[in-house]
Amino acid sequence: MALQIVSILLSALLTENFVMVKFYGICPFLGVSKKIETAFGMGMAVTFVMALASVFTWIANKFLLIPLELGYLQTILFILIIAGLVQFVEMFIKKSMPSLYNALGIYLPLITTNCAVLGVTLLNVQNYPDSFMFALLYGIFAALGFTLAIVLMAGIREFLDEDAVPESLRGFPITLITAGLMAIAFMGFSGFSIG
Amino acid sequence: MAKDNKTAVSVFLNGLITENPTFVQLLGMCPTLAVTTSLQNGLGMGLSATAVLICSNFIISLLRKIIPDKVRIAAYIVIIAAFVTLIQMCLNAFLPDLASSLGLFIPLIVVNCIILARAESFASKNSPFMSAVDGLGMGLGFTGALCIISAIREFLGAGTIWGVTIYGTHIQPASIMIMAPGGFIILGLLVGVINYIVSKKKGA
Repeated sequence: MALQIVSILLSALLTENFVMVKFYGICPFLGVSKKIETAFGMGMAVTFVMALASVFTWIANKFLLIPLELGYLQTILFILIIAGLVQFVEMFIKKSMPSLYNALGIYLPLITTNCAVLGVTLLNVQNYPDSFMFALLYGIFAALGFTLAIVLMAGIREFLDEDAVPESLRGFPITLITAGLMAIAFMGFSGFSIG
Repeated sequence: MAKDNKTAVSVFLNGLITENPTFVQLLGMCPTLAVTTSLQNGLGMGLSATAVLICSNFIISLLRKIIPDKVRIAAYIVIIAAFVTLIQMCLNAFLPDLASSLGLFIPLIVVNCIILARAESFASKNSPFMSAVDGLGMGLGFTGALCIISAIREFLGAGTIWGVTIYGTHIQPASIMIMAPGGFIILGLLVGVINYIVSKKKGA
């Protein structure tokens, strides 16, 4: 059991990292990775939303969609739950952490359209339809993998000297190429497993 | 009528080239990177998103005076999700191979920022016909970009285009190009090349 949890953690963080390997959540990864502080804030906000979303969508799937045989409404119902949660988190952060709220700016409501969140809920009901705990843990671990990737990226970008980059590659293109090199590093973990 | 035709053409070209969603607006990056491992996948994803975009733009434009301002984003998302579900069912029924290789990225069309961005910035302000044309232009712009990226990646990474072998077995393709790093690097270089061409044109 403990071994299984460790193995889920390692695969979500490293071998199957949501951003570097699976390409979920690329928009905030590229958009909010200029400063370590904001990147970390974004990571935490996404972790919070993803944990809550895993809980609510799992419950909705188990006790609403499966008994009523409405599986095809999965996408619509899940995205509604996520949109509601994001609204709630936005109000919460605005009240309690105004500086973080300003730094995250437009990207906060965009957590709704962060495909990592909808992605993890859909993966959860595919992989763990019967285990609430694994669904919740996978949601949290996957979000931590996202946080890891975005914070690492911000760390690199803070030190990146844009003047040394050819003009047409400045900004977005060099960020993508950096991400590519990071993805090569993450590929080094592939095949690594426990249990 | 003549004037109408002209603006329809310009709206179409705007989405296809001037404001290309992928290369200029840099929207919808997740599917752009994830599914462009082969030309077939790229085209399939592009056309699925185009179909959703045309339908959702059309319906949202029809309902734009009925939907209350405060809940508009939620309403847009529900409309988009409904069409994505339809497309998902069609793909599962008629093109099961494509559906399984696109996998989770079909339901994730719901959260493709291009679709919500067009709903918010175009369909909520324009007539249904124009919105459908805008959806077609943006969708084909997205499809074109996906085809370019996926053709390059498939050629470099698998040595094939549309599954047809281009160079023989004595040259080993660089399979990293169809894996995750190749997606990032090829897209980065392509945007760089486009920036370079645009800056040359402006300078001249």
